Amino acid sequence: MISALKHAFSGLISNLEETGKVTRFALRYFREVFKPPFEFRELLRQCFLIGNKSLFLVLMTGFIMGLVLTLQIRPTMMEFGAEAYMPSMVGISIVREIGPVITALICAGKVASGIGAELGSMKVTEQIDAMEVSGTNPFKFLVVTRITAATLMLPILVIAADSIAIFGSFLVENIKGEVSWQLFVNQVFSSLDFGDLIPSTIKSFFFGFAIGLVGCYKGYHSEKGTAGVGRTANAAVVMASLLLFMLDFIAVLITDIFYEI
Amino acid sequence: MIESNSSRVDQMTASSTAGSPLIRVQNLKKSFGDHQVLRGFNLELYPNENLVIVGKSGSGKSVLIKCMVRLLVPDEGELFVFDQSVPDLDQNELDQLRTEIGFLFQGSALYDSMTVRENLLFPMRRHSDRLRGEDETSLVEEALENVGLLDAIDLLPEELSGGMKRRVALARTLILKPRIILYDEPTSGLDPITGKEIIQLILEVQKKYKTASLIITHDMDCARVISNRMIILVDGVNYAEGTYDVLSKMTDPEVSAFFK
Repeated sequence: MISALKHAFSGLISNLEETGKVTRFALRYFREVFKPPFEFRELLRQCFLIGNKSLFLVLMTGFIMGLVLTLQIRPTMMEFGAEAYMPSMVGISIVREIGPVITALICAGKVASGIGAELGSMKVTEQIDAMEVSGTNPFKFLVVTRITAATLMLPILVIAADSIAIFGSFLVENIKGEVSWQLFVNQVFSSLDFGDLIPSTIKSFFFGFAIGLVGCYKGYHSEKGTAGVGRTANAAVVMASLLLFMLDFIAVLITDIFYEI
Repeated sequence: MIESNSSRVDQMTASSTAGSPLIRVQNLKKSFGDHQVLRGFNLELYPNENLVIVGKSGSGKSVLIKCMVRLLVPDEGELFVFDQSVPDLDQNELDQLRTEIGFLFQGSALYDSMTVRENLLFPMRRHSDRLRGEDETSLVEEALENVGLLDAIDLLPEELSGGMKRRVALARTLILKPRIILYDEPTSGLDPITGKEIIQLILEVQKKYKTASLIITHDMDCARVISNRMIILVDGVNYAEGTYDVLSKMTDPEVSAFFK
């Protein structure tokens, strides 16, 4: 019993320590991001890599998400005679919640693990030390650019995923209910307002930041050896996914306060 | 067969240690947790000198040279490079100092995502003031020509062999024309023939650029050929010091173990 408590307590302490270290890492990012020299070329390269690497996967997932969501909801809606509300319902649920969260989870798997493994292997093979010795700030060149790129690219990927998910939903509606594209889109947009778009966009920036931060933090503090790099990539995905759900919960709570006002 | 430096060691040692030291280390101590790696190490590196440090794995050789460029911060002791106290420098001063010191990493440490050309251009990004009006491209080509790899300029590190990587890493180290080069196990992981080629290259570079070199190695053949002076590091302190010939004749078991 005592040993179990000790184990739980030491686990709690190490989690708190890890949270402190991630916070310090994030604060260092904010200190460095506005300080010259700026690494614009590397930032653009990272934006391209993060956006380009994830786009196909995000589009595929978004499309299937739209199809599945509509196929699953449709029978129930028909039962209640609420078939006409399908486009609005699908639009709101995709834009407000499902689109940003699913896209962020895909990126946590692809981008956070990729950044973690890349920086981890650079650390293990002394490339980060070589950068430092050459007079370049590796934190600025590697970390600041990657976190900023992930923060900027995730909202764009979310918009792409939302759009294709709505298109997927339209395909089902068109085949099963013979709804025209114009009618479908009109209904989707008439039910959406800025109150739906703005929180979801802001949330996406935070999701992107969290993905970049966790990937970079884990990679920058990777253990030695190839096994260490593997563990880093895995830990980056787990930690980023967990953080995304926590951020989503906070975002929903805040949005809810505004809706009540 | 590469000839030993030993025949000209005595004159070189005498002349090279005549000036003021470029690097001066006194009573350097460094621990990691409870494990004390350096326990009061002393060293002086003079202009044009090739100083080799040998020691067993884990004896603190790499820790020592990482302290010299402040990749690690020593716990105690003095560490002066060009009469500047390395632990006390601010970031700008440290960056300036680092341009005067080349560092050849054990595993070459080439940037995987960059071509050979980009790898060589990278150190120049922040130090264009050191180019003295020279064209970047011609400097890259000159550095690669010095190591015989001009043809590999647009290749990625993954397309290079171990020996080629080491050569490119040496070219990258030379690009800012440093006054001191620190070599961390320059021949480790290479076959004997490639290792000898790298040794030959280091000697050529030293002759051409008139650099002082501090070489960390396990390879006694490398030590024999390159060194003007050697330090044997045991348990974090200078155990023995002298030329290769002198040390190789010592009967002390700790010293003679390295020469068997």
